[in-house]
Amino acid sequence: MRARTLILGACVLLLLAAPPLATWIGQPYYIELLRRVMIFAIAAVSLNLILGYGGLVSFGHAAYLGVGGYSVGILAFYGIHNGWLQWAVAILGSALVAFLIGAISVRTRGIYFIMITLAFTQMLYYLGISVEEYGGDDGMRLKVKSQFSGLVDLADPLAFYYLVLVLLLACMYLVHRVVHSRFGMVIRAAKSNEARSRAIGFSPYPYQLAAFVIAGAMCGLAGALLANHTAYIAPAFMDWTRSGEIMFMVILGGMATAAGPALGAFALLVVEDLLAGWTQHWQVIVGPLLILSVLFFKRGLAGLLPGGKDG
Amino acid sequence: VNLILLFEQALNGLQFGVMLFLMAAGLTLVFGIMNLVNLAHGSLYMVGAYLTVAAVQWTGSYPLGVLLGLLGTLVVGMLVEVIALRTLYERDHLDQVLATFGLILFFNELIAIIWGRAALYTSLPSYLQGFIEIIPGSIYPVYRALVIGVGLVVGALLWYVVTRTRLGMLIRAGASNRTMVAALGINIRLLYTVVFGFGAALAGLAGLMAGPIYAVQPGMGELILIQVFVVIVIGGIGSIRGALVGALIVGMVDTLGRAFLKPLLGHFISPPAAEAAGPALASMLIYLLMAVVLAVRPAGLFPAKS
Repeated sequence: MRARTLILGACVLLLLAAPPLATWIGQPYYIELLRRVMIFAIAAVSLNLILGYGGLVSFGHAAYLGVGGYSVGILAFYGIHNGWLQWAVAILGSALVAFLIGAISVRTRGIYFIMITLAFTQMLYYLGISVEEYGGDDGMRLKVKSQFSGLVDLADPLAFYYLVLVLLLACMYLVHRVVHSRFGMVIRAAKSNEARSRAIGFSPYPYQLAAFVIAGAMCGLAGALLANHTAYIAPAFMDWTRSGEIMFMVILGGMATAAGPALGAFALLVVEDLLAGWTQHWQVIVGPLLILSVLFFKRGLAGLLPGGKDG
Repeated sequence: VNLILLFEQALNGLQFGVMLFLMAAGLTLVFGIMNLVNLAHGSLYMVGAYLTVAAVQWTGSYPLGVLLGLLGTLVVGMLVEVIALRTLYERDHLDQVLATFGLILFFNELIAIIWGRAALYTSLPSYLQGFIEIIPGSIYPVYRALVIGVGLVVGALLWYVVTRTRLGMLIRAGASNRTMVAALGINIRLLYTVVFGFGAALAGLAGLMAGPIYAVQPGMGELILIQVFVVIVIGGIGSIRGALVGALIVGMVDTLGRAFLKPLLGHFISPPAAEAAGPALASMLIYLLMAVVLAVRPAGLFPAKS
């Protein structure tokens, strides 16, 4: 456990030191790449709460990236640039959408749950495409980033970078606390043996639904960050391959581990970036890599770290 | 209401429905028997469309091209089963979803490497380009009518094979207890490969028939795949009858919604509002329908007995 904590601490230090290092070697691009990685890490951390700890295989997590992103974009479209308001709407809006989708889908199990979460996300995707007002298929630009009354300036790449880092750590801490609370015990119990958790008096549904909503809200925050990061919002935020990628990040990093999703996000996006620099057909390589990692790399990256299963 | 327009759109809905059924039947068979969630089913649809386009160009004959395209998809399906999917049967659904998601990325990109990303348009032979008069005053494209016919015939054949033949008996037995079937001396691995190839060929058939109607392009399979999921959720998973009913409902609702929702809304709200809300609502209609069905019958309309 000591060694593991040390390694994870070193990772945080590296992330803290990355921007000056990147500037020093004259590659400011890496700041942007890492910021993107950390935003997706927040999405993956949120998915891990329901997928890793709760056993709910949601194939629609990108929906909340979209809801969060469009919340920021639509408010900005009407001239409301107050970041507190935008992000609050992003988080609450995602929570509401997660509640509606979850209320129907959490009742179902297994393959049904997978297909339903996927289908509802696709519905939102088509909604984004068909609303011409907000750019339809092409999406819309975010001309002014979220304003935080001089507290943080998102137009400053470094300030934005450190804000994302702080939020990522906060989300990881939050999920850690949730999972190890009494509430989290019920979630994990329902995953390992639903019949038994019912027998001792816990109907899993309200707990799982609450976890589903928390995860959605957290991913909504990632969506608000992503909109500011790319200065652009499009239905592609909610593309079903996005959901698949977030899911793969969780599995690649290691399900039900604190650091796994962030490691997975880092590994997948950096590999994608490297391959994309090498060939435009990088997906023809990523696809088989994905299959191989599912078949042979069951414990994920976090499983390579020393220490217990749960970090 | 213009009755002739309604009739034509209903036929279009039927045509879309039978294509959804061909996809859903294969997917639900594979799930029911091997307990495998195959996201790459849409890729086989795409492979069928592309192989047929290539084979028609190569042979210069449409029927021959279709035959080669079908056989090709069957072979590709069996190869995928033997190489990648066979090891996944014992895994949980999460692993299956991810691995077949990887297959989709691979196939989409492979197709883009071979044929490019631009959409291909296939030309039909002249005898399929005409129109027929089904009811007086209404003409309908021969090709779409043929698609409906082929879909219905294949559906009937499928019913016959599954309920009346020895292969169908094995399929049903394998679905209810695979260990027992294996213990009785049936080569269950071979059976799985055959069933998978069978499902792949059905997807390929849907894809090659879709080619001349919609665009043939990388990623075409996923658009229909997610609609097929809606079909299966509505119909009840693992049930061919459910797949048929679900497919026809979804095909009709989607087609009629896109055609008539906007003018219909125009009666109730202002025309500009209907102009904006109509297409948005039409594209969400089948998903809303799915939500309603799930709220009333969580296991779908025709849940398979297990």
